[in-house]
Amino acid sequence: MTLAGPLLFGAFIFCVGVYGVIARRNAVLVLMSVELMLNAVNVNLVAFQLRAPGDAALTGHVFALFVIAIAAAEVGVGLAIVLNMFRNRASVNVDDADLMRW
Amino acid sequence: MTAHDVVFVLLAVAGGLSALMVVTARNMVHAVLFLAATFGVMAGMFLVFHADFVALVQVLIYVGAVAVLLMFGLMLTRAPIGRETLDSQSRGLGLAVSMALFGVLAALIVQAYGDVRVALAGPDVAAIGGSIFSQWVLPFELLSLLLTAALVGAIVLSRREAGETGQEDLAELGEARPTIMGGPEGVAEARRARQLRAPGDERETAGAGR
Repeated sequence: MTLAGPLLFGAFIFCVGVYGVIARRNAVLVLMSVELMLNAVNVNLVAFQLRAPGDAALTGHVFALFVIAIAAAEVGVGLAIVLNMFRNRASVNVDDADLMRW
Repeated sequence: MTAHDVVFVLLAVAGGLSALMVVTARNMVHAVLFLAATFGVMAGMFLVFHADFVALVQVLIYVGAVAVLLMFGLMLTRAPIGRETLDSQSRGLGLAVSMALFGVLAALIVQAYGDVRVALAGPDVAAIGGSIFSQWVLPFELLSLLLTAALVGAIVLSRREAGETGQEDLAELGEARPTIMGGPEGVAEARRARQLRAPGDERETAGAGR
């Protein structure tokens, strides 16, 4: 199997996530796009460990697990912030969250 | 082309299409379901790469927990449906940025790893566990601290103060906002917020009466 296939797939998913973060207005959808980007990174980590067996392969797996755990923490805090924003402003549009803009 | 390659290509096409649906769907529930499908496809891809444990954790945490959490998030925020309310004006900018990024990344990947072939093999679960609890034990403990902090933070952020019914919140909003933001803009906004919240509050009081 060539290494380029998984890497290209990861790059594609990452770019889809970038598009979602820029183009979406709803904060929950922006969070979902961030999750897509983190998942693309995981695909890269797991694909690269195929190239270097042994200790380096273990590192790839352990990092993928760490990324999954941190993504879970991120989505929990992110949703709490979105809920708070909805409670205070009655909207979850990221365009409306401009209180701290210069 | 081996059977692994065929399975990988099929999974990649399915994952790419469902990822595209996540960022273009007009219905938010559909977007979350497509996101769960993408996560499932990636778990299958990890199985192809002989990363069994990562695949299982992916199913457990992403498909099981994160998708359900996002579903709850959009149920609690009463999201409107339709492309105009879900997408911002910068769709063209997003398309340009992501296509340019993908072009650069794809060119780099093909140039650097275009002819690298790898054998499909991965460490077993015992080796991963040994590595986490010997070589990576300090980051692992830090991660558990981070998870605890995130859990406490999420609870503190999302709970109401004790004794609060939501009405005090509104009264506070009507008075405090103008002093903070200044001008009639804040008053109008607070009024709009109150109108938007009114149906939910009525339902709450009706439920309490019963």
